[in-house]
Amino acid sequence: MRVRVLCFGILRDVLGAEFQLELASGSNVAAVARQCEVRAPQLASLWPRIAVAVNQAYVGRDTGLVDGDEVALLPPVSGGASPSV
Amino acid sequence: MQVELTRAVIDTSAVTAALKLGEDGAVCVFDGIVRNNTRGRQTLYLDYTAYEEMALEQMRSLATEAIQKFGVRDVAIVHRLGKLEIGETSILIGVSSAHRGVTFEACRWLIDTLKKTVPIWKKEYFVDGAVWADGEAFPDAIVPAESV
Repeated sequence: MRVRVLCFGILRDVLGAEFQLELASGSNVAAVARQCEVRAPQLASLWPRIAVAVNQAYVGRDTGLVDGDEVALLPPVSGGASPSV
Repeated sequence: MQVELTRAVIDTSAVTAALKLGEDGAVCVFDGIVRNNTRGRQTLYLDYTAYEEMALEQMRSLATEAIQKFGVRDVAIVHRLGKLEIGETSILIGVSSAHRGVTFEACRWLIDTLKKTVPIWKKEYFVDGAVWADGEAFPDAIVPAESV
């Protein structure tokens, strides 16, 4: 199956704004994350903090995917907060 | 309920005025502006980007939730995208209601929650380089602390 991957923030700088990914049927979000981690090893420390949205809803890494899904990789959003907010 | 992403200068007076009805006794406004430095490093300007469809949907949900949670009458959330200069408003949140107490609470909750969950990012351009602004970790419900 094929999914559309959208990247934001620093992920976009490294991986590009969007691309198609071919996956084995029955793949889940973790499979997408793994493929992207391989392409961006310099961001290894960031990956545990990346959120994923499928079709614009936040999901867990074990969420299954189907052909045509839109998978967005989201770094922590920019709070702009100082430590004391 | 006004929920908007815009690339134009935010008209804070217009947004605030639109929130006022006769039965309101208070409008609480949060005006988020571009600061001229981050931890002492001089900022030239910021650039905001968003996962727009999702951000709008999340903002609408937050506005609705604030009304239900705090019992306020109306909410406005306007976030600007693109290049912003020092001192400009990047986000305006307004909350109106009959009584002031809940407007303060709702307003605080809205900005604090938006800054943790709504897919909007800012890149800071300094004299000596540019960085994506640090974000707080997502709440546990979105990214479990131990997830790989």
